[in-house]
Amino acid sequence: MQHDRSVKKRGFWHVLLRQKYLYFLSVPFVIWAFIFSYLPIWGWTMAFQKFRVGRSFFEQQWVGLDNFRLLFQDDQFYNALKNTMAMSVMGLIAGFVFPIFFAIILNEVRVSVFKRFVQTVSYLPHFVSWVVVAGIVTKMLATDGVVNDLLVGWHIIDERIQFMANENLFWYVVTSSDVWKETGWNAIIYLAAITGVGADLYEAARVDGASRIRQIWHITLPGIRSTIIILLIMSIGNLLSIGFEKQFLLGNSLVREKSEVLDLYALNYGLGMGRYSFGTAINIFNSVISLILLFVSNGIFKKLTKESIM
Amino acid sequence: MDKQTRLRANLPDRFFDIFVYTVILLATICTLYPFLNVLAISLNDSTDTVKGGITIFPRHLTFENYSLIFSFPGLLTGLKISILRTLVGTLLGLISASMLAYALSRRDFQGRKFISTYLALTMYISGGLIPFYLLMRDLHLLGTFAVYVLPGIVSAFNVFIVRSFIDGLPFEMQESAMIDGANDFTIYWRIILPLTKPALATIALFLAVGQWNSWFDTYLYNGSSEHLTTLQFELMKVLQSTQLGSGGDPNAQTMSQVMNRISPDSVKMAITIVVTVPILLVYPFVQRYFVRGMTLGAVKS
Repeated sequence: MQHDRSVKKRGFWHVLLRQKYLYFLSVPFVIWAFIFSYLPIWGWTMAFQKFRVGRSFFEQQWVGLDNFRLLFQDDQFYNALKNTMAMSVMGLIAGFVFPIFFAIILNEVRVSVFKRFVQTVSYLPHFVSWVVVAGIVTKMLATDGVVNDLLVGWHIIDERIQFMANENLFWYVVTSSDVWKETGWNAIIYLAAITGVGADLYEAARVDGASRIRQIWHITLPGIRSTIIILLIMSIGNLLSIGFEKQFLLGNSLVREKSEVLDLYALNYGLGMGRYSFGTAINIFNSVISLILLFVSNGIFKKLTKESIM
Repeated sequence: MDKQTRLRANLPDRFFDIFVYTVILLATICTLYPFLNVLAISLNDSTDTVKGGITIFPRHLTFENYSLIFSFPGLLTGLKISILRTLVGTLLGLISASMLAYALSRRDFQGRKFISTYLALTMYISGGLIPFYLLMRDLHLLGTFAVYVLPGIVSAFNVFIVRSFIDGLPFEMQESAMIDGANDFTIYWRIILPLTKPALATIALFLAVGQWNSWFDTYLYNGSSEHLTTLQFELMKVLQSTQLGSGGDPNAQTMSQVMNRISPDSVKMAITIVVTVPILLVYPFVQRYFVRGMTLGAVKS
């Protein structure tokens, strides 16, 4: 290209001057991202200090890996890690199975007005905040809520279930709320991928006498395979960063054993008790594991399927 | 294919159709029912609601719950701040995403590679909650309105969505403008901005939803500044304060105290509707854009 050649011929500063408007458009935000995205990483140094508020960086006492040692000796940490892993994995599985299933089923709907209506409705919960969803879920799952009404009405159970007060059900409550909120939204990408599958393939299958279920199995699913794999790799990288919004909003003191996740643990211990160094150690643990998961899953999928994001 | 095989193949297809429509119908009901139920309860007389049994129609239609909640000072402040942060946050986010995206879409831009990688990294690593909180404190952003809008201005994800969109536009338009003597800023302003409207509409929706729905920053940074409260935070306090065993926020303010005393579901649901409706009014209009935007973003980034 003409442009590329002229860049190489002339010096860096010359090009910079000529591209000054492009620099004006981008550099302010590069600085901005430095402040709000990169500076907090500098805060990781806290995890290796006995951080005291009000002292400058150079006046802090360095303690090496003491905070991590403390962390790995804490039973609460393992409980939080277990809860995080459990809810992540449940969310990961449900977050793939339901949207893919929904997209495939919706794709089989031939009446396009109805299809569009269903799709619009299915996005609805995605746009609502977790605060609202938590309120709705609590309402629907209350002892006098519609879920209990139905279960009792259909004689599936005799005694009403206290969904929100039973710690053994908490993981399922969180996962199903997530399914309710995000299935329609996450299906968008699969629907788009299905649209990209060639119509001639279906035509050929029909000529061969394949039923619609066989068409789904042999054409639709393989057709969206690479989309599924790429999204799967990205999700595995985010396995531990499930956040704490749902757990914070849906949890209560009765289910605390099962609702405490790593981020909540960092929030309660780190900020709530002012143990900044300890809380930061939790954050670091979280990030490091996430990065490892990302690379490992990417590597495995690269080997197995020749699909990868890096 | 003879007639008999077609018939044999058709019967399972029939059953399959029934299965498909049943699943879709069930899913639609599961999605819609809770909203309609909340709406019905919010429009029902609050003492009557206690008896239970409201489904999707109010039994005793009244607008009293709404007039009651608007007499809470927290709700009006929350509404004002929520609207303000949504407008300001969305605008700033749009400016940053479109400017960065244009610069990064130019293949001859020599900062392109560095800045792209630099931004992409922010999607994978973050300092975490506590370093971020301390940064906000050191920047003196605690207890300010700015803490709602400043940290989120640059979002790599949004930048990449807009950039993929610009990449799809013919470059000849820019070239002919250059020949006519337009500088890069003029091209951005006069050509790129008008042409990227669909992509900008998509990320405007994402930004607006994010701003409107966030409550945690209020909780974390401005929990004690009553004049900076947001709608989501007020709703959160009300819902948490009446939740079983949670004990709620220790500094529960007037609204949740009043709510605790009367504690009718109808009033809670009225607040829920006020918090929900504005965002639900917007998204159907932007729908045709964001489906494309989502696909672009996921494929390219």
